[in-house]
Amino acid sequence: MNIHEYQAKQIFQKYGVPTPRGIIANTPAQAVTNAQELGGSVWVVKAQIHAGGRGLGGGVKLAKSIDEVRELATEILGMTLVTHQTGSEGKLVQKVYIEEGAAIVDELYLSVVLDRAAEMPIIMASTEGGMDIETVAHDTPEKIIKIAVDPAYGFQGYHGRELVFGLGITDKAEQKKMIAFASKVYKLYMENDAEMIEINPLIKTESGDFMALDGKMGFDDSALGRHPDIEDMRDISEEDSDEREASQYGLSYIALDGEIGCMVNGAGLAMGTMDTINYMGGTPANFLDVGGSANAETVAKGFEIILKNPKVKAIFVNIFGGIVRCDRIANGIIEATKITDVNVPVIVRLDGTNAPEAAEILKNANIANLIVGDDLGDGAAKAVAAAKG
Amino acid sequence: MSILVNKDTKVIVQGFTGKEGSFHAEQCMDYGTQIVGGVTPGKGGQTHLGKPVFNTVKDAVAMTDATVSMIFVPPAFVADAVMEAATAGIELAVIITEGAPVRDMQAAKACATKNGMKTIGPNCPGVITADECKIGIMPGMIFKKGNVGLISKSGTLTYEGANQVCNEGFGITTAVGIGGDPIIGLSYIELLQMFQEDPETEAIVMIGEIGGDLEIQAARYIKENITKPVVAFIAGQTAPEGKRMGHAGAIISGSAGTAKEKMDALEAVGVKVVISPAEIGKAVKEVLS
Repeated sequence: MNIHEYQAKQIFQKYGVPTPRGIIANTPAQAVTNAQELGGSVWVVKAQIHAGGRGLGGGVKLAKSIDEVRELATEILGMTLVTHQTGSEGKLVQKVYIEEGAAIVDELYLSVVLDRAAEMPIIMASTEGGMDIETVAHDTPEKIIKIAVDPAYGFQGYHGRELVFGLGITDKAEQKKMIAFASKVYKLYMENDAEMIEINPLIKTESGDFMALDGKMGFDDSALGRHPDIEDMRDISEEDSDEREASQYGLSYIALDGEIGCMVNGAGLAMGTMDTINYMGGTPANFLDVGGSANAETVAKGFEIILKNPKVKAIFVNIFGGIVRCDRIANGIIEATKITDVNVPVIVRLDGTNAPEAAEILKNANIANLIVGDDLGDGAAKAVAAAKG
Repeated sequence: MSILVNKDTKVIVQGFTGKEGSFHAEQCMDYGTQIVGGVTPGKGGQTHLGKPVFNTVKDAVAMTDATVSMIFVPPAFVADAVMEAATAGIELAVIITEGAPVRDMQAAKACATKNGMKTIGPNCPGVITADECKIGIMPGMIFKKGNVGLISKSGTLTYEGANQVCNEGFGITTAVGIGGDPIIGLSYIELLQMFQEDPETEAIVMIGEIGGDLEIQAARYIKENITKPVVAFIAGQTAPEGKRMGHAGAIISGSAGTAKEKMDALEAVGVKVVISPAEIGKAVKEVLS
């Protein structure tokens, strides 16, 4: 689960990680009130969406008067922001964060993520703040410092020394501030079961202080149960409504651009099915994993969600039953044809647990539009042919 | 021969009396697995599925000489269960449970490693040595005895791959579902090495997916150490960037971890890489003839 910048900064502040002061606004009027409350003469109006690249997309702007705050908030609220992380459809801006301006002397980069190879969190830092870090990693990898921290022993002095010397910070007072900053970020990463924290830029101010000017946080979904305060930060409007509806039925659904709807059990086989369709000259319309507890109701729901997409010209049901029983899937297909108008060919390949029973059920049901696939290759080929008409 | 487990392996089940634990323990017993007991705290002294229940893994190991534990406890208790097994002298823990927090698994894996216990999973179908021992949730009937070793991140692709291998007239020595979570136990390299050393295994199928770089590491290892033919499939060639596909590990970030990168790396070291999982069986036939 991801949260907004303003929410990440609330968590930062709780842990004593310095940030500029700011207040969230839903309307231009609120934005103005917030700016007045913050005081000063320069404010930043920042679109709050779950994606990076907001500045380049025109979602982060500097205001030098209260009138300008109003103008910019009016402009940004309600705009559809397109960045390299939103996809071409962009994201609707529903909130703006009004933040006091900061006097920036230097821009750094700091993040904490899991290093899968080391099997421990890793702190990444760079002097190249404010830039796309993937570009930095690609063009000048030597400018990224990586420090693995073993949670069994925690953040130690040497981690801090590697960080500040690596960043070329020589002033004693500044070294101390940076080490405190990083150790707090590590602490909040661990205590909140974060999946990643990224601060870009992490700025040095004129007074030699360090501040998180931006903040991105993602959390381990499996650990949200023990963090109700984080769960409360969920912004449903940032999530795809079909994906969300599907998840309520235990289905994992992601819309794609193609023509063949897919219903598969298991994430790996679901991806493999998409790959096979592609290999045979077709295009998958979605990823859909029915999960391990699929039953007639969830299968019917899956059909309903797939068929909402007007581009779908055929549906390929590909099940290799392990825990999932094929007879239940077969009943689900029959159920789906009763409650929704399945107006495209459905290619069904059922293998594994209770597959013979399932074949019998489908045969007796006599459903129009239903085509049996003998195996993965055969099913995919028939689905591709059916979609082409 | 086979790897990791065989007909003599003694297995206990942690979370034995729960719904999932009971159902799958029974299926494993039907397959021929020597389930010698189970652990459910507070139910020690009872009998379940005809086997003794213990309060602790320590008791279970002392009374049954079990060396392997199959773990079915709820996600929040997985780390605790793994650590208990590791410190009680279990040699291999097969963790089936899905949804254990990453931070917990990090600590559990570190503890297992320190105590010399191997782990498989979490969030995986388990391990099966055909016709001898099934420890997990896979449909046993599709795994026929043969000479192909199988390693897969994905559960259902394990079944798909094994089924095709058997339909081509071959069979499986041992199949291991390693899971696709960010922190996993045994991975490609350790298992490739075991299959290389297993005299019965003549070819190896490895099934991977987008995200992480385990398959790239495996490619480097294969180049130096594996002389047996390897067939590989990487799921997620058509997955959109930045989208999550069920497994936490199945995330593409930038250029690292794409299906193409992994397929190229494997192909470069002589692995027979198939573009569609529907081709796995045929590819195995090709490398074995």
